[in-house]
This record gives sequence, structure tokens and C-alpha cells, in this order.
Amino acid sequence: MNPAVRHFILTFFPHNVLELGADGAIIMASLAIVFVLTYFKKWKWLWREYLTTVDHKKIGIMYIIAAITMLFRGGSDAILMRSQLAFPNEHFLSANHYDEIFTTHGTVMILFMAMPFVIGLFNVAVPLQIGARDVAFPYLNAISFWLFFVAALLFNLSFVVGGSPNAGWTSYTPLAGAHFDPGPGENYYLIALQITGIGTIATGVNFLVTILKMRAPGMTLMRMPMFTWSVLITSILIIFAFPVLAVDLALLLIDRLFGAHFFTISAGGMPMQWVNLFWIWGHPEVYIVILPLFGVFSEVVATFSRKRLFGYGAMVVSLLAISILSFVVWVHHFFTMGAGVGVNDFFGVSTMLIAVPTGVKMFNWLFTMWRGRVEFAMPMLWALAFIPTFLIGGLSGVMLAVAPADYQYHNSYFLVAHFHYVLVGGTVFGCFAGMYYWWPKMFGVKLDERTGRWAFWTWIVSFNVCFLPMFVVGLMGMTRRMYTYPAGLGWMPYNFVETIGAYGMAIGFVLMVYNIVYSIRKGERDLTGDPWDGRTLEWSTTSPAPEYNFAVTPVVHDRDEWWYQKYVDKSKKEKPVIRPIHMPNNSGRPITLAAGFGLAGFGFVFAWYVPAILGLLIVLICLGARSFELNTDHYIPVDVIERTEAAAGRL
Amino acid sequence: MASNDTTKHGQHHQEAFPWKHIIGFLLSLVLTFGSLWFVLGSHLPSQAVISAIVILAVFQAMIQLFLFMHLTETFGPNYQQFLIFFAFFIAFTVVAGSIWIMAFKSYVA
Ligand code: HEM
Ligand SMILES: [Cu+2]
Repeated sequence: MNPAVRHFILTFFPHNVLELGADGAIIMASLAIVFVLTYFKKWKWLWREYLTTVDHKKIGIMYIIAAITMLFRGGSDAILMRSQLAFPNEHFLSANHYDEIFTTHGTVMILFMAMPFVIGLFNVAVPLQIGARDVAFPYLNAISFWLFFVAALLFNLSFVVGGSPNAGWTSYTPLAGAHFDPGPGENYYLIALQITGIGTIATGVNFLVTILKMRAPGMTLMRMPMFTWSVLITSILIIFAFPVLAVDLALLLIDRLFGAHFFTISAGGMPMQWVNLFWIWGHPEVYIVILPLFGVFSEVVATFSRKRLFGYGAMVVSLLAISILSFVVWVHHFFTMGAGVGVNDFFGVSTMLIAVPTGVKMFNWLFTMWRGRVEFAMPMLWALAFIPTFLIGGLSGVMLAVAPADYQYHNSYFLVAHFHYVLVGGTVFGCFAGMYYWWPKMFGVKLDERTGRWAFWTWIVSFNVCFLPMFVVGLMGMTRRMYTYPAGLGWMPYNFVETIGAYGMAIGFVLMVYNIVYSIRKGERDLTGDPWDGRTLEWSTTSPAPEYNFAVTPVVHDRDEWWYQKYVDKSKKEKPVIRPIHMPNNSGRPITLAAGFGLAGFGFVFAWYVPAILGLLIVLICLGARSFELNTDHYIPVDVIERTEAAAGRL
Repeated sequence: MASNDTTKHGQHHQEAFPWKHIIGFLLSLVLTFGSLWFVLGSHLPSQAVISAIVILAVFQAMIQLFLFMHLTETFGPNYQQFLIFFAFFIAFTVVAGSIWIMAFKSYVA
């Protein structure tokens, strides 16, 4: 056969049963979606209401739905890995296939599950909490979302077209360089992360400006809800951390596509420089995906304890301390590089220091509950599960921070246990707490408590069954990223139990989906807009909030403004005057621009420069067209607002 | 842009003549040609040339920040100054830290 044709077939068509199955499933699912949309004549509706929207609430919903599908994708990877490791000497996945799966698992979970989930929560809650009508740059917000979405598609495409990346989510050079890892896999990783990273930086800028500039009158910084504080700090972390990743990715891409030698030792490059730059971004990144959830827990714990958040000032200071410290600890990820005693000591001590502000926050949550009237609603259950889980994760982190000891723990299952305790116990539980908490605000319906509890208990029991034994088996010498292991080391029972836990979490996920579907059909409607007897401004408007959020911009007197209005302020309120509301227009350009990025990215993955340049051209045209657009906003007239408010029973 | 009327602010106040911009423009020209001269015209050792253009670049950045980007002008609280200092702190940490860390070759060798 002609070699070019052969090459084409080999890269483009599935080579084994798993890939064939995945291809089939993806094609069937896509066809099903197209069919349903066409059959119910929903295309127009989808385009008008979602694909072109610049409304932060809808963008938030799309982020969260995408994040949940990505949780499914990453979870499927996890199930495959755990199935392989249940018994010694299994070879149901080949070494290369296993490598691909742990790589996509880690990358999807951090970049395409945790990030969009927290950014979705930013979008859902922040403008409402500060009494704003939208974010500062709504059009840019839509661009951020579509860049993430296209990047996620591109990354997932790797599984069926050309092969997935297989050098780990950390993609260390020289392994990830062109020499040891030819083929398109790593290019997918580099380009997909680059595209979603651009969107994330834009989100950071957007929320920084929104929070600094668009708070309702009277809301000083020290009257902001704690979630908003955490988003402000996270935005700053994003703005300073993500550019480092962008540079690192670009350098490796230049190495791979154009034969440069930034990270190859042969021509004077430094492979460890990739690792260094990666963790300059990577450590702040793990705080980017935890700090917003600290904010969520603060809101949830205060609401369901019927008390003001304890130690608000200390919470703010510890957030600031964590954010600054998180930039000076990155070497703890590569103590074993051997940079010398001075370097390892400095970064070991700075790492341990982070435990102090984190502990302060823990105590503040506990004191908020102390003598409160604690109500065990679903969001609160997730918050309560978080506290002991995260404690285990944080304490094992401090053990890892002892540089000489880390030579033992490093890259063992002990490390795997550590970061899953903080990332699942902190980030994922936090995302769930936020989802259950704000679900009524997003959709006007509460998630069912009974079926929710099934999912909750299945999750937390299975989580511990899966990850607690990893601490032990790690200390017994099992290293991470092994695709199979010999019998007779005593690892089998632990691994088998872990696999049971993994399947349990999969059941938990299915129960959670059932919980959602059940609640959409039979859940309790939220007609008050304030289902939890909340404290902050998002609960003062209807559920779901109208397009313009608040008919009249609220004036803030207190940290828990809505609580203050409900229970403290006894002055007679005069009827507010409704004025026309200034809102941004929808636009189809963000999705077009992102599609251009997607096409360009696909071209670069295979070093096909015609589609690459064509894609970039689309991007440039979209950017240019925006500069000449005059008609970018409109006013909602008073009678429309009055009608909407009357329909919600608010006039 | 969707904005609350209360947070919307007025126009930039207009000076009669844009002195700041003219001065900034001239100074940045001087600095640019200065560094060009260091590279092409001076015959100093390359270490010295690099140090010289780095120093000139720092001044160039200052001019951009203060004369063109209005670092000190503000309506309401001056957040941008804090952020710029934070940026300096991060830049310093990243650059100096990386040099310190990546000098490990000397330990190993
Ligand atoms: C008290 C707080 C924490 C401390 C002291 C700490 C310490 C550490 C140390 C020393 C390592 C490197 C261990 C090694 O590679 O041998 C590590 C790895 C890691 N930590 Fe933490 N950590 C803390 C909190 C967190 C949080 C909050 C997250 C995320 C939400 C997190 C996520 C991770 C991840 C993902 C890794 C592994 C990355 C990899 O190699 O793939 N950690 N931690
Ligand atoms: Cu770290």
C-alpha cells in the first residue's frame, strides 16, 4: 500500500476494540443529539438562548453541564485503570494504552472538569452576590466559555483521531519531547491546554474587574460575601499563574514542531526547565481549584448554621496569605531533582507554612457551626464531609513537604492518595456543595434531598474505600503510573479494595445523575427565590433570576445584606422606581471565533499549516469585526421589566 | 457593557495639551536609541551590554506605566498600584527563584 495512504489510515482509524467502541459511542451520541434537536425543532432555540448568549447565568450553566460530562469522561478513565490494577499481572490494557488513560484522566479532571466547574460557579453566583447585572465584559465571558469548550472537544478528539497524549498530565520533558514521543498525542495536550488557558486568563481578568468595579453601592470590600472574596483572590492567582503555563506550552510546542531545543539536553537545552515552569503554574493552579470552594464552604456553613460567618477578617487575611504563599512553594513537586539543601529547605518550610492559614480557615468553619442551629441539607452534608477529608489531605501534604522524607513518598501511591484527598475531598465535594446550594437559583427547582442522600453516602464511603488504602500501599513501595504489578508483594488486597471503591464512586455518580433527573421532573419548585433562608444578595431575587438580575440595583448596608433586609432593617421601604436597564447584546461571534481556534489547533496538531492558517484567519476576522461593531447593547424598557416582575409576583 | 449606573464613571479629565505623552514619547525614543547604541555602537563586553539594556528596559517600563498607562490616575480606590507591585513581586520570585533552582547543575557536576 502507498505509505501515505497507510499512514493516513493508521492515524485516522481506530486500531483496537476499545477505540472502536469509543468511536462508535461518540458517533451514536452525536447522531442522537442531532436527531433530538431536529425532531423537536430545537436548533433555533438552542442558538438563540444558549450558543449566542452573553448572559453570565446561562454561561455558568453551560460550564457546569460541560464539567459534569467531563467528570464522566475522566471517571471512565479511572474505572479502566482501576480494573487493570484490581489483580496482579493483568494485561487487559497495554502499557501504552494505560499511559494514555492516566494522562487523559489527570488532564481532563484538572483542566476540563475542575476548572470549568469552579468557573461555572463564579458565573452563577458572583454577579448576583454583588448586585450587578452581568460581568464586566459579557462578550469576553462568552469567548472564554467557547474557548474552553472547543479545547475540551479537541482534547477528547485525540482518543479517536491520532492517539492520546501519554506522558502524564505533567507532560515532563524529555519524555514528552519529539524524540521520545513522536506523533500527534502530545501536540493535542499542548494545544488544547493553550486554547483553554487563553479563555481562563480572560476569565481571571473579567472577574477581577467585575468584583473591583461593579459592586452594588454600599458594598465595600469588607462587606463582600466570602465566596466573592475567594473569587477575587482566585482571579489574581489566575492572572499571574496561567501566563507561565502558556509560555511553557509554547516553548515545548516550538521544540516539537519546529525542532528547537529549549528542553532537549543534546543541544544545550534544559529538560528540568519544563518541570520548573510547569510547577510555577502548577502549584498556584491547585489553589485556583480549591480557594473558590473554600468560599463555597464559607457560604454554606454560615447559611445552614443560621449564623454569621465566624472570623470574617481572619478568613480574608488567610486567603491573602495562601495566595501569596502559593507562589513560593513550587519546588516541593521536584525535591528529588536534587537542587541542593538550600533550595529544598527553603521550599519545604514555605510549603509547611501554608498549613497555618489553612488551619485558621478550618477553625473558622468549626466555630461558625458551634452553637449554631445546624441544618443537614444536601449542601451542608457535602461541606461537613469536606472537613475531615481535607484534613487528611492537608496533613499528608505536610508530610510530603519534609524534603528528605519526600524522597520516599515521591511518586508513590502515598502521593496519589494525598492529592486525591485534597482534590476530591476539597474540590469535587466543594463543587457538589456549590451545585446543590445554587441549583435552585440556576433552575428554580431544588435537588431532591432523599435521592441526593443516596448519592452522597455512596460517594463518601466509596471515596475512602478507594483512596485510604493508597496511603498504605504507597508506603509498601507501589509507585504511581504502574500499568501492572507482579504477584507476591502483598499489594493485591489493597488494590482490590481500591477498585471496589472506584466502582462505588461510579455508582455514586450514576445516583447523582438520577438525583438530578428525578428532581427536574418531580423536585420541589422554589417560588420564593430564597429556599435556604439565605444571607447574601443572590437570594433576594427570583429563582431563576431574570435576565437583568435585579429590577432595581440593591443598596448594601451589611455583610449579610439579605439577612439584614429580612430580619434587622425595620424601616419602611418605599416603592422603588424602575428605570430602563442597560444590557449587552447576544452574539454568534464568540462561538465562531472559538471554532476558528479549534480548526487552527487541529491543524497544528498534525502540522498541517493550511487549516492552521485558515483557522487563525477566522480568529483575526472575528476580532476585527468586533472592533467595528457599533450595535453592542440595548435597553430593556420599563414595561417589560414590570411585566416580568409581575409575572414573578414581585410587584 | 452592563453596568450599574452608580459605578459608571465620567470621562477622563482633559488636559489642555498632552505634555505627559510628548515627554514620554521623547524619553522612550531616547531610551530605545540608547539601547540600540549599546548594542551596535559601544564596544563593551557583552555582559555589560546586556546589563545596560536591561536597566534601560526597566526605565522604559516605568515610562509606559506612569506616563502612558496612567498608573496613578484613578476614580475610586487605586487597585492597580497594588496589583503592579504584586506583579513585580511575582516576576522577581519567578525569575530569581528559577535561576537559583536551575543552578543545580553546579551541585550535580
Ligand atoms: C497544606 C496544604 C498542602 C501541602 C503542604 C501540600 C504538599 C504537597 C507536596 C509536598 C506535594 C509533592 C509531593 C511529591 O511529589 O512527592 C504535593 C503534591 C500534590 N498536591 Fe499538595 N499540598 C497541599 C495542599 C494541596 C491542595 C489544596 C491541592 C489541590 C486542591 C493539592 C494538590 C496536589 C497535587 C495535584 C499534587 C501532585 C501533582 C503531581 O505530581 O501530579 N495539594 N502536595
Ligand atoms: Cu504543590
